[in-house]
Amino acid sequence: MFERLVEEAPMFFNYHNLVFISQAMGRTLGMTVIGCSVGFFFGLLIAVLRQSSMIALMPLRVVAIAYVETFRRIPFLVILFIVLFVIEPLLPGTSLFGIATVSVCLLSTAFLSEIIRSGLESVPQQQIEGARTLNFGALQMLFMVVLPQSWRVIVPPATAFVVMFIKDTSLASQLGVIELTFAGKMLVNRGFSPVLGFGVILICYFALSYPLSRLSAYLEKRLASS
Amino acid sequence: MHHLEIKDLCVSYDKDPVLKGVTLSSDKGEVVSLIGPSGSGKSTLLRALIGLTPPSQGQVFVGGEAIDYFSRRSLRTLRGEMAIVFQQYNLFQNMTVLRNVSIAPIKIQKRSRSDAEKEAKSLLEKVGMADKQDAYPEELSGGQQQRVAIARALATRPEILLLDEVTSALDPERVNEVLDTIRGLTSAGITMIIVSHEMAFVREISTRVAMMDDGQIVEIGPPSQIFDAPEQRRTRDFVSKILKH
Repeated sequence: MFERLVEEAPMFFNYHNLVFISQAMGRTLGMTVIGCSVGFFFGLLIAVLRQSSMIALMPLRVVAIAYVETFRRIPFLVILFIVLFVIEPLLPGTSLFGIATVSVCLLSTAFLSEIIRSGLESVPQQQIEGARTLNFGALQMLFMVVLPQSWRVIVPPATAFVVMFIKDTSLASQLGVIELTFAGKMLVNRGFSPVLGFGVILICYFALSYPLSRLSAYLEKRLASS
Repeated sequence: MHHLEIKDLCVSYDKDPVLKGVTLSSDKGEVVSLIGPSGSGKSTLLRALIGLTPPSQGQVFVGGEAIDYFSRRSLRTLRGEMAIVFQQYNLFQNMTVLRNVSIAPIKIQKRSRSDAEKEAKSLLEKVGMADKQDAYPEELSGGQQQRVAIARALATRPEILLLDEVTSALDPERVNEVLDTIRGLTSAGITMIIVSHEMAFVREISTRVAMMDDGQIVEIGPPSQIFDAPEQRRTRDFVSKILKH
């Protein structure tokens, strides 16, 4: 087996394949970064919405809760197909990458909103009362008092989620998006040894998620000491 | 006209009445202390006054203006004139001492940073915490945190200061440093409503003392009356029990 690897390696690592793998890695990274950024933004919005007690926002709150509770319970693959079959007829010509990215955002918003919500809820009520009596507005309270104190509760599960999420994007291959996993499959189909093809893909996934794990460990340490 | 006037104030928690019609007024610069057993509604009265627990009935006037506790604007005006110090200090854990004291003047009252920080430093000086201005609350003892909390409340330049059992969570050794700080404020012309179990302190600092029981004021009068010659039996029982210790 080892001999076959040595034999194939020069052919495998040619310019064309390297570009192909980098592009696939870019798509995996793109889906993760877009998904998590959008997910964080809307997740924060939903978390804040669910915490507010304003009666006027009641209908929105109900929709948000229904959305979060549903999308946290459907397998990602099913979300992918739902989005595909909803978007296809509405916006024909949308790229598969676009469809996968929308799915990814739907999923991450639901999960991150719960992670952020538990962070916001970890801040003691006294902190909020202190801010209210000093005339802080709702947004000032959120950004100056509540969020800064929630990070230490939010960061560890949020980064764990992102790392898991990088792996989950591989399901987009089922739709035909040429991300890392699909790229590996195609290379193997072209006749390269699976050990070599998927071995390289494995290293790529590792290269994407390992720095994130390190960052998380660093942030956790910093937040705990401050 | 009284500086602070409370008329027939009622508060209920889940339909359970906690304050049952409290009427109390205070002139400018007066120090009114509330005493009474736990659960008599002293803290609830303070929380209702600053709008943390909205009253179900009754009226509050500050400087002759009626407060509408269900209007944001009215609450904003109220909290611009009134400040509270909590039993648990409630300092912002993510900010240094200096930031805790200066954030409301800078961000809420829109005063200039240099001005607000200068005033914050002089307030910290006054409560004896100037050397800790860069520390975080969790690095301080309870008494130190409470002194910072008093400086934070004063930084918004309130006309009325509510003190809610500010020494109850402290080690006995730390109580005096906080009481000394409050003593230093009485000459500043700030109207103070104090809830305290430190009877010697209440007697010394108050212009009037109100005895509360079961959500009502049972008796109100100068400290000499309440502590030496109470008219109501309930007051007499309470005071004799407390002073025996």
